[in-house]
Amino acid sequence: MAIAKRKFDSLVIGAGGGGLRAALQLSRAEATVAVVSKVFPTRSHTVAAQGGMNAALANVLPDNWHWHMYDTVKGSDYLGDQDAIEYMCRAASHCVIELEHSGVPFSRLDNGKIYQRPFGGQSQNFGGDQAARTCAAADRTGHAILHALYQQNIRAKTHFFDEYFAVDLLKDDEGYVLGALVLDIETGEPLIIEAKTTLLATGGVGQLFRTNTNARINTGDGMAMALRAGIPVQDMEFFQFHPTGIAGKGMLITEGVRGEGGYLINKDGERFMERYAPHARDLASRDIVSRAIAIEVREGRGCGPRGDHVLLKLDHLGADVIHKRLPGIRETAITFVHVDPVDTPIPVFPTAHYTMGGIPTNRFGQVVAPLGQLVEEPVPGLYAAGECACVSVHGANRLGGNSLLDIIVFGRAAGNHIIGYLQENHYHRPLHADSVDRGMQRLARWDQQGDGESVDNLRMELQREMENHCGVFRTAEVLQDGVVKIKAIEQRLQHARIKDHSKIFNTARIEAMELENMVDLALATVISAQARQESRGAHSRVDFPERDDVHWMKHTLFFKEGYKLDYKPVRTKPLSVDSFPPQKRVY
Amino acid sequence: MQFLIYRYNPDTDSKPYMQQYTLPEIEPGMMLLDALLKIKASLDDSLSFRRSCGEGVCGSDALNINGRNGLACITPLKSLKEPVEIRPLPGLPVIRDLVVDMTQFYQQYRAVKPYLTVHDPEPEIEYEQTPEQRDRLDGLYECILCACCSTACPSFWWNPDKFRGPAALLQAWRFLADSRDQATAERLQDLTGAYSLFRCHTIMNCVDVCPKGLNPTKAIGNIRKLMLKTQL
Repeated sequence: MAIAKRKFDSLVIGAGGGGLRAALQLSRAEATVAVVSKVFPTRSHTVAAQGGMNAALANVLPDNWHWHMYDTVKGSDYLGDQDAIEYMCRAASHCVIELEHSGVPFSRLDNGKIYQRPFGGQSQNFGGDQAARTCAAADRTGHAILHALYQQNIRAKTHFFDEYFAVDLLKDDEGYVLGALVLDIETGEPLIIEAKTTLLATGGVGQLFRTNTNARINTGDGMAMALRAGIPVQDMEFFQFHPTGIAGKGMLITEGVRGEGGYLINKDGERFMERYAPHARDLASRDIVSRAIAIEVREGRGCGPRGDHVLLKLDHLGADVIHKRLPGIRETAITFVHVDPVDTPIPVFPTAHYTMGGIPTNRFGQVVAPLGQLVEEPVPGLYAAGECACVSVHGANRLGGNSLLDIIVFGRAAGNHIIGYLQENHYHRPLHADSVDRGMQRLARWDQQGDGESVDNLRMELQREMENHCGVFRTAEVLQDGVVKIKAIEQRLQHARIKDHSKIFNTARIEAMELENMVDLALATVISAQARQESRGAHSRVDFPERDDVHWMKHTLFFKEGYKLDYKPVRTKPLSVDSFPPQKRVY
Repeated sequence: MQFLIYRYNPDTDSKPYMQQYTLPEIEPGMMLLDALLKIKASLDDSLSFRRSCGEGVCGSDALNINGRNGLACITPLKSLKEPVEIRPLPGLPVIRDLVVDMTQFYQQYRAVKPYLTVHDPEPEIEYEQTPEQRDRLDGLYECILCACCSTACPSFWWNPDKFRGPAALLQAWRFLADSRDQATAERLQDLTGAYSLFRCHTIMNCVDVCPKGLNPTKAIGNIRKLMLKTQL
């Protein structure tokens, strides 16, 4: 049976902020661009980002990009690549202004400029007073940005393939990526999209953990596609736990609450962050606040009948500030815990939130891998941007407000680099049939009939094991056990079956393929974590409590084949300024 | 808890039917989406519906719940009378089960040119906007395009190809209300005629069902007032 084919200059997989920003750049440059997304674009998870986007506009307090760079390097626990970080922080202001010109309804200051709020890990003058760097549209900044980008893409006549699921990348023998095999969810029919370049912008894999702030679509599809194409994923052991997810449920309560002046208390009513971060207190970086909460609970100072959470107090901000600056999280707290933060604190606990690791790229968005001689060789035709990529600007711990920045800066950078690539590569290279066959086999596997384990049971078990074995605090023993358990799940997945074999809008089949993706990434995460014998950023080893710059200031690379690990050095040399050498990290 | 759910698979069913499901265990605080996920996971993996964020911000899981449009993820089970009757959003073609074809809805959204349009050269800094000017966008920009409103609107049921519907008109006003936008005349011109705007008969179902508490009827009224003002 012949598979339908479409041809574009450029393919973008994923329609969150990174994908849409890249697509906009390409459409405006009059390249033909196809955006493939398994959900309608404004359902992408960027929509859920709350607090804002960092840029040293200095609208509220003195600021400059170099201070932002320092904070980001320090926040990354010195695992971030300083060339990419310099690039991002320098580009930030321009990127925010572009978004504003595109229609993003940022909140405003009395002088008519964009409102900025303080966020965690921000400082003036290289570690001095708190900065206010996060540009916000109330607490719905991601929604505001995603909708504006989609709207501008409508204007630019970008071609959308809504509700198409990306199955696999298509490659030729020389390693060029030539597009992807995708599945039209509505009809159940496969489609080949040929493109001279392919950008993966598929987001993170927060669904690896039972309690998470993420949408159910965040299953790491692009990262897993890269793994299956022989490309490693980088630094997967660094997974961010957001300090303030709603306890037991996981819905995100923005760091902006603490930026606006809210703070955490334990069962004694003590403002405990003063003990852990005397200077920055509740606005220390996320890894530090999350560990502090976990310790408070472990040592018996948690709140509630089971002592299993702490409280986020914001009633003292007053109803006006909450209605004006934090209306979204107020709604969420009322809906899910029946608490109105105007007068009652919100129960919170660290919750899986953000994948610092991902597909290795350089600061142009090109996917780079150790293909031959070099440790970082561009994979021709393949790009990645946003949470699915690892540039790495977040290193071992991302600062709040830097993820919206990351997707916009590097979505745009990838778009620009692709435009250059298209100028040098005028023609589509011929497609190889066996590359398509592999993707078709992946689809056909779920047509197998008969009895077998259910996909949903395996998914829940995977999430439980990841939470138990790869959480905020880790040890060799627990990680080793985790590796064994996840490998067993990988084996059992071979025998899983779905019952629904119909074609039209078969979501059981999509969920099965999402689980395959998640299992690969769970293995990458737990195996990378087991190997790293130090504590750095979000990766906290009880048995190796110190950071070890001599042995471990390097990036992890995990390959699917043979679960192989490799390492590459951190890029410590910025583009134009002096390097920030590793220092003890104090907030 | 008892559920009656609309089923239709064009591959196998000649016509739609209602299927009964029973969930023995309902935990406190469970939302309707949790129940649907549980039914799909434990009873019937062929039940199809859209879902994503699970917290009322992405707009995927709009359904007709006991006769009223709403988002499954923020509808508490304890607020619902049994058996809970769940149907796809009314007025749109059904693809399968609870999944509707939203093409017409999205076309109407596109038709209002929902993007900021500025004709002047762009400054190197942000366009200035006072907090009061920005306040006018509150209650407008928060729309999540879930389609609860437009598919609850009898005028949209009758003329989904010609009447823009409450969701699209809310966005039309969002840009008319934006102090930065310079396409007022074109936007108003696009909405003249008997259908695009004027098929709204202020039935206000849209306001009643909006899960974000927005008010499309008021936005439509504002567009009409502005039209009148510019014509005088």
